[in-house]
Amino acid sequence: MAQVFHRSINWVAKFSIIAILGLVGGLFSVLLNINRLDYVSGVGVARDQPVPFSHKHHVTGMGLDCRYCHTSVETSAFAGIPPVETCMTCHSLIWTEAPLLEPVRAAFRDDVPLQWTRVHDLPDFVYFKHNIHVSKGIGCTTCHGAVDQMPLMKKAETLNMEWCLSCHRNPAQFIRPRDRVFDVNWTPPADQELRGQQLVKDYNVRVSQLTDCSVCHL
Amino acid sequence: MNRALMHVIQLMVLCGALLVSGCDLRQRMYDQPKYEAHEATTFFDNGLTSRGPIEGTIARGQLRLDAHLFTGKVNGELATVLPPSIPFGKDLLERGHERFDIYCSPCHGRTGEGNGMIVQRGLKQPPSFHEARLREAAIGHYFEVMTNGFGAMYSYASRVPVEDRWAIAAYVRALQFSQRADFDKLPAQDQGQLP
Repeated sequence: MAQVFHRSINWVAKFSIIAILGLVGGLFSVLLNINRLDYVSGVGVARDQPVPFSHKHHVTGMGLDCRYCHTSVETSAFAGIPPVETCMTCHSLIWTEAPLLEPVRAAFRDDVPLQWTRVHDLPDFVYFKHNIHVSKGIGCTTCHGAVDQMPLMKKAETLNMEWCLSCHRNPAQFIRPRDRVFDVNWTPPADQELRGQQLVKDYNVRVSQLTDCSVCHL
Repeated sequence: MNRALMHVIQLMVLCGALLVSGCDLRQRMYDQPKYEAHEATTFFDNGLTSRGPIEGTIARGQLRLDAHLFTGKVNGELATVLPPSIPFGKDLLERGHERFDIYCSPCHGRTGEGNGMIVQRGLKQPPSFHEARLREAAIGHYFEVMTNGFGAMYSYASRVPVEDRWAIAAYVRALQFSQRADFDKLPAQDQGQLP
């Protein structure tokens, strides 16, 4: 039987071995890194909302505390999305004619909840609890970024598991005094690592257990 | 050779199908057939997943018999003292201070003079807590206003729990006192601070 391929074509066989290895490797690195892309994780993307609510205006401009609206953040897993009654506490008297606020007034009038688009949505197999984080000295801005500077709400972090673990492995780098948890202007001091280790001790954070599967995936 | 090629192609198709079904399974695990807090539903008419209590029913542990504690009134009159179940102390005032700054100061201001940021931006100015009328008002009055609202002010009952409302009422008293403290009763250290 005659040779099908000429001998000068042999490089194709050698090259294809490398090419297949490269292709498989490339495919793996794409699969491994795809969740790190802002396009996939939604970092920095402002979603469409029924009302273009500005945290910047309400927090920086008006000086409202996070808890004025997110009332259940200290006591429950869910921080709480305020009912329109909370909006109307002021907006029944201020900006009463503003067309932008018509959905709020309509919701209040007709007793139909506003349907906000969720910005921070964890997978359903993750059981995140706001109350424990807040009570152990993890501040709002550590995970949510500079919300006080956001005219429209955006995710500041990927909320990927590797991101959660980066803190669960070493919370000392982010933990702050309890009375600064809701302080949007808090920045880590120069000796954060040292102070953080002390706070981890003071607040009885058991770091060795923080990476147990069952801590987040009950 | 053709058969070998066919096997390879079959294997690739199978792998591809597995990968794609993996994406679908992953998506179904991310968004499981259960409701998260505030998630919308088509199951109930009003679109809410949470059900309110049926009218005329009281959940276990939520019977509110203690009128003093829950309404701020004793025998129909505004209470002049804290309910017995709210122990007075530094902790209560500190809690009240914190909660006052969160929920009240936007309008009433941190000192209770009624010049909070929202007022500066056009909301109707509330009366100062340092007026004679409000200084003399019973403590139950503050609890009652927080619970049921007053004039332009909405009720804060759904936002501030009962114990915190009493803590705030106690702190309002402390604020009032702070503006009219007796100089002779101040600690020497504070006396030295005044001109």
